[in-house]
Amino acid sequence: MSEDRPTDDGPVPAGATPVNRSAVAPMEIRGVSKVFTRRGRGREKLVAVDDVSFTIPPGAAIGLVGASGSGKSTLAGMITGSLRPTSGSIRFGDIEVGGLRGSGLRDFHSRVQMVFQDPYGALNPLHTVEYTVVRPLQNFLRLSATEARDRAHEILQTVGLTPTDQYAAKLPHQLSGGQRQRVVIARALACDPELIVADEPVSMLDVSLRAGVLRLLTDLREQRGLSLLYITHDLLSARVATDEILVLNKGRVVERGVTKDVLQHPTDSYTVQLLDAIATPAR
Amino acid sequence: MSLTTMTTPPPDPAAELASPPPSGGHLPGPALFVGRAFRSLWSNGKARIGIVILTVMILVAIFAPWLAPHSPTSTSFKPYQGPSSSNWFGTTGNGQDVFSQLLYGARVSLLVGLTAGAVATFVAVTVGLVSGYRPGFVDEVLSFVTNLALVIPGVPLMIILAAYIPNRSVWTIVLVVAFTSWATGARVIRSQAATLRSREFVTSAVFSGEGLFRIVFREILPNMTSLVAGSFFGAATAAVMAEASLEFLGLGNPSTVSWGTILYYAEQQNSLLTGQWVLVFAPGLAIALLATSFTLINFGVDVLSNPRLRER
Amino acid sequence: MALLQATDVNVTYQPGRGAGVWAVRDVSFSLEEGEFVGLVGESGCGKSTLGYALTRMLQPPARLDKGVIDFAGVDLSSLDGEQLRHQRREGIALVLQSGMNALNPVRSVGQHFRDILRAHARDGEDTSPAHAHDRGAEMLASVDLEPSVLGSYPHELSGGMRQRVSIALALSLDPRLIVFDEPTTALDVIVQGAVMQTIKTLQRERGFTAILISHDLGVVLDATDRVMVMYAGRIVEDQPSAEMLSGQHHPYTEALLGCYADPRADEIELGGIPGSPPDLSLPQAGCSFSPRCPLAVEVCRDVDPPLMPLGAGRAACHVRAGQVTEQRDDAHV
Repeated sequence: MSEDRPTDDGPVPAGATPVNRSAVAPMEIRGVSKVFTRRGRGREKLVAVDDVSFTIPPGAAIGLVGASGSGKSTLAGMITGSLRPTSGSIRFGDIEVGGLRGSGLRDFHSRVQMVFQDPYGALNPLHTVEYTVVRPLQNFLRLSATEARDRAHEILQTVGLTPTDQYAAKLPHQLSGGQRQRVVIARALACDPELIVADEPVSMLDVSLRAGVLRLLTDLREQRGLSLLYITHDLLSARVATDEILVLNKGRVVERGVTKDVLQHPTDSYTVQLLDAIATPAR
Repeated sequence: MSLTTMTTPPPDPAAELASPPPSGGHLPGPALFVGRAFRSLWSNGKARIGIVILTVMILVAIFAPWLAPHSPTSTSFKPYQGPSSSNWFGTTGNGQDVFSQLLYGARVSLLVGLTAGAVATFVAVTVGLVSGYRPGFVDEVLSFVTNLALVIPGVPLMIILAAYIPNRSVWTIVLVVAFTSWATGARVIRSQAATLRSREFVTSAVFSGEGLFRIVFREILPNMTSLVAGSFFGAATAAVMAEASLEFLGLGNPSTVSWGTILYYAEQQNSLLTGQWVLVFAPGLAIALLATSFTLINFGVDVLSNPRLRER
Repeated sequence: MALLQATDVNVTYQPGRGAGVWAVRDVSFSLEEGEFVGLVGESGCGKSTLGYALTRMLQPPARLDKGVIDFAGVDLSSLDGEQLRHQRREGIALVLQSGMNALNPVRSVGQHFRDILRAHARDGEDTSPAHAHDRGAEMLASVDLEPSVLGSYPHELSGGMRQRVSIALALSLDPRLIVFDEPTTALDVIVQGAVMQTIKTLQRERGFTAILISHDLGVVLDATDRVMVMYAGRIVEDQPSAEMLSGQHHPYTEALLGCYADPRADEIELGGIPGSPPDLSLPQAGCSFSPRCPLAVEVCRDVDPPLMPLGAGRAACHVRAGQVTEQRDDAHV
């Protein structure tokens, strides 16, 4: 028995009010490095990110591409304030992200949000969908319980989880992978952020569900003027979701440019390796 | 293939498909959870027996005044008597009715067992959560204290504490027992909290703007309920045994009526030699039965946290 | 003579409480000696369950309800215990998704080879450590690993190397059939290609029959001779791999193919499939794909199509392979 209305690939209704984007700041990453020192014998140093610089202008969709160990997740952690850079600076407007702590970090999260890779792990198995989406509304926008509930239903509508009453009451184990990922996106959207960092958002989804989620991200970007930092090892989804990409290999940027150009005319051998790794049924 | 053992069972398709929406509408999360928890426990054979035994004992303790034929402390009977029509289990050396003492004694054992278990678990959860969630100096200090508490032998420490505390009462015993048994739970809870801390839904909660307390008590702790419950029943078991031991050794208040004191007087009055073996076996069996009921319930708690066990 | 003949294989998951899930439904197919077949489908389609059923590795609550699995004349579904172990020595090996889970962390690679050779040794066979060492080195060489790996423990090896060790172990008994269950899914994307290439080469050189279970249609079409597409517990299409990229196919297969594209192309149209697979704990009426199918007509909702000839293979579709003419069904929109 499947749902009556297809939701995983359904159209995204334009219901959101565009936020005043004149105040939106670019995210500037300058000479950022992250070195992990392993405690214990030898005090080995692991250079996860090595002197990376780039800018995410407002409304842009930038891809960070690389295999595991390339440093892309570490870089994402630094951009969202979860990790502190060992050197270099990350500026969001006039805020130095690396120095944020406590309430400053919380305010930052209302502007820069994250969509996680594992739809099964990113949701607390004991909380309903409504709870998950309402919390950021209460924390950041200080809405009352009723206001937050109404707004949460609006957001569920935006991400295509309709009828919203039915989905609001569900627990994660009652949802499919694509639906869970939409809840994760809804949670990230709730506080109307300016930048969304999406770490492999479709990698753990079945291929038939990916287009729908990617289309959702693109539509949301266009409607709300969001910037998107899209992190993946999959060049196909990067091609669909981004305008520009940076290719990371062992923590360094080895290639960058307009997505289509980089993929059609790669200059670095690592990029070529990533392209070859995709076994595409060529129709 | 002899060596390629299947450690991961084939993927459960039921888990991957979207199941139909729940009938009955909008149940709040916690109520649904507790209801489901109790039903799971009840469906487990061993846990069900444990629940039944515990319930019987609780009822006996509550209704002791109505169930007991005589007052447990009145010394109006002939001492050293064997079982008779008026004294089903005989009388003690002080002329008290053993059966009534047994029924009233349930109160103390249950009280101490459950309270000391609760206090120990509360301390264990607090220490475990705090040190598990925040790595660093706080964790180092708390872990050290926990390890210290684990290393010091519990029973001798209990005996020393009980012997030196001037006010002998049931509450002394509760505190002493709780003080010596929180460490095991703390250790286990700490490592579970540390694991949960790095789960993505906790990071997600941070991004949702949740503060420390909400994350610890609304995100992490609810996912540890079966661990905490298991810890509680384990501590309660230890508490029941410890309380009986302390009183048996004469470190409790001898005027309290409890299973442990019955054993104390039985020892003092050489009941085995006088042929009054009921004075030894009856309380002993009662203590063992209570402790067993907790352990049986713990089997069910294991199942709570591992849904795969539920299917067998 | 077909090496493997599966007839009416059915698997259900029957938990203690709640509804059972009919995970594999009336699957029948045959495999010739030396064929390399791919089993493709998405989450919950039953492909891994089928793979485990064929190798008799199902654990409760999963149960092989019905069906005959004829392997070289022997009905595997009727074997148990020692007979099954003997059959494993003779015939079928299984390579699992995660090398880390399949290898014993406290035993070295060399010890793994010793264990497996000793466990399945026939009477009079050499089971000395020296023989195991030689055989191990030989097997490792075939998967492009140095003999020195024999001394390593699983955690000392990279993911790709562990998976190669798993493959080498599977090969060491010279099986006639190897079932690969998502062998590269857990690996880093760049290593995936290399390991897949190794599997392809080995299959061609040694000629064992192989079943590759994967959710990635691209990988499967690249490596295999023949593809079986599964949906909701059934095989809905069975074609030579070379035929899959052109011509008409089962609507689900076509939709699935539409979800892949070459990132280098000038224009990209990435497709998706709206809706969700059906809940297999409920009884199924008609074609399971019909609620999501753009070609569905009346009969699709009532009658479950069997596999019927389509092109060079078969497909379970009334419209494509059956006699029903394609109509736009307004009621479906």
